[in-house]
Amino acid sequence: MARPMQVSRYWRHFREKYMLIGGKCENGHVHFPKRSICPVCGSRNVEEIELSGKGKVISWTIVRNPPSGFEYYKPFPLALIELEEGPIVLAQLTDVDPEEIDFGMEVEVVTKKIREFEEDGIILYGYKFRPPVK
Amino acid sequence: MRKAVIIGAGMTPVGEHWKLGLRDLAVEALLNAMDDAGIDKVDSLYVGNMISGPFVEQENLGALIADWAGLGNIPAVKIEAACASGGAAVQEGVKAVLSGLEDVVAVVGVEKMTDAWPSDATRYLAYAADAEWELFHGASFVALNALVMRYYMKTYGYTEEDLALFAVNAHANGAKNPYAMFKRPIKVETVLKSPYVADPLKLFDASPVCDGAASVIITTPEKAKELGVPKEKWVEVAGMGRAIDTISLASREDLLTLKAAKVAAERAYKMAGVEPKDIDFFEVHDAFTVMAALSLEALGAAKKGEGAKLAKEGQIAIDADYPIQTMGGLKARGHPVGATGVYQTVEAVLQLRGEAPSQVPDAEIGLTQNIGGTGSNITVNVFRRV
Ligand SMILES: [Zn+2]
Repeated sequence: MARPMQVSRYWRHFREKYMLIGGKCENGHVHFPKRSICPVCGSRNVEEIELSGKGKVISWTIVRNPPSGFEYYKPFPLALIELEEGPIVLAQLTDVDPEEIDFGMEVEVVTKKIREFEEDGIILYGYKFRPPVK
Repeated sequence: MRKAVIIGAGMTPVGEHWKLGLRDLAVEALLNAMDDAGIDKVDSLYVGNMISGPFVEQENLGALIADWAGLGNIPAVKIEAACASGGAAVQEGVKAVLSGLEDVVAVVGVEKMTDAWPSDATRYLAYAADAEWELFHGASFVALNALVMRYYMKTYGYTEEDLALFAVNAHANGAKNPYAMFKRPIKVETVLKSPYVADPLKLFDASPVCDGAASVIITTPEKAKELGVPKEKWVEVAGMGRAIDTISLASREDLLTLKAAKVAAERAYKMAGVEPKDIDFFEVHDAFTVMAALSLEALGAAKKGEGAKLAKEGQIAIDADYPIQTMGGLKARGHPVGATGVYQTVEAVLQLRGEAPSQVPDAEIGLTQNIGGTGSNITVNVFRRV
């Protein structure tokens, strides 16, 4: 079975997973998650940028046989979302009827529980995306 | 420059080998290859394997397999490049021979997957994805390929039925292969009626979890002559290429281009001095039907967006212009992940020797393409009849 995740491993990605912090290089290339070297131009001059969390679904699937540790949540929708700043992010969709998911559907980020481990483990939170709450 | 030829090939049947462990499978395939070459010792061993640690709690496969195969105190290491580990191990073996450091090299690819629970197997396979930005969100490998499949269908207007043709072709060829896991032909309906694993990807769009091992012996033409291996057995490793792409799918410049395969293929074609039209058969990495389509495009057999068209037009069958998966491919032969690239190599050798159960007529040049990750680590090898 998959062992509980160590706190340190989870903690070091808090900013990306809670605040959607990405990177923007000196030439204006935006990426997520933040890297120390811009994947487009190779610049090492990369600053943090907080992404808006608004985007559109470009592809999606319904995960019916998930990796161990995610059995409790199955089936769940997983999507590639193009953020308005440009980067594409992989995340679960939430608060949505699978039948309603479509290409170009507008979504926004929300912090949700990603998974739990057994009694001696931590609870992981992170971003998911949902149709905008009006 | 030195040349490399394969002088021996061996494998085990692919399947659920409940009675055999990783070492049994690897040793059996290795000895089959050595017997085929008619030799009893090698200078070194390269093991292609992806995830023996999680699956069977065994690493240090170089020592394990060389020891149990009675190869003595030779150098032996494991090569890991996700599902492309086998193809990469073959390349490392060839590089050792071409460099002049080693004369007779054994390569064995092995994976033992059925000792684990299915959901754990799903998890281990996803170790080839990006742990923090893909697996963290519950992405299975199938799910990542399903995202590509839906986007491919939408972009080019293909249906689930169109992609199912790749599975049908693989099973048609696998039915004749005694080493294949699935030795029965299927119809498009079989694929369409199989349950969704990650919509729109169905069970029959995907290769099975299984066990198996395959092996080849590599040397130079001069040494092959010295060892007395008859020339009919030689198959030249004419070209090789290997490249990576972003590990996570979301970071890809273009979701529908296997850039790593393109770059790897360009290198392999250049080294072999051939073009896509010269290739008599393609053993592509059809772990999922959509990957067969994208691979044909990246390898230059089809234009961008027309990989699935090749299947629709009936061009991928044994007697057509672009035969693929001549012994069943990953879909029907089976996909013991780290062994797959070596199975492809063994099958290419059999085709070029004219010994394949479903033989491509007068095959002279064949290509194998082995994908690790969701297109993130790809090897392409070109083989030629001597
Ligand atoms: Zn840049």
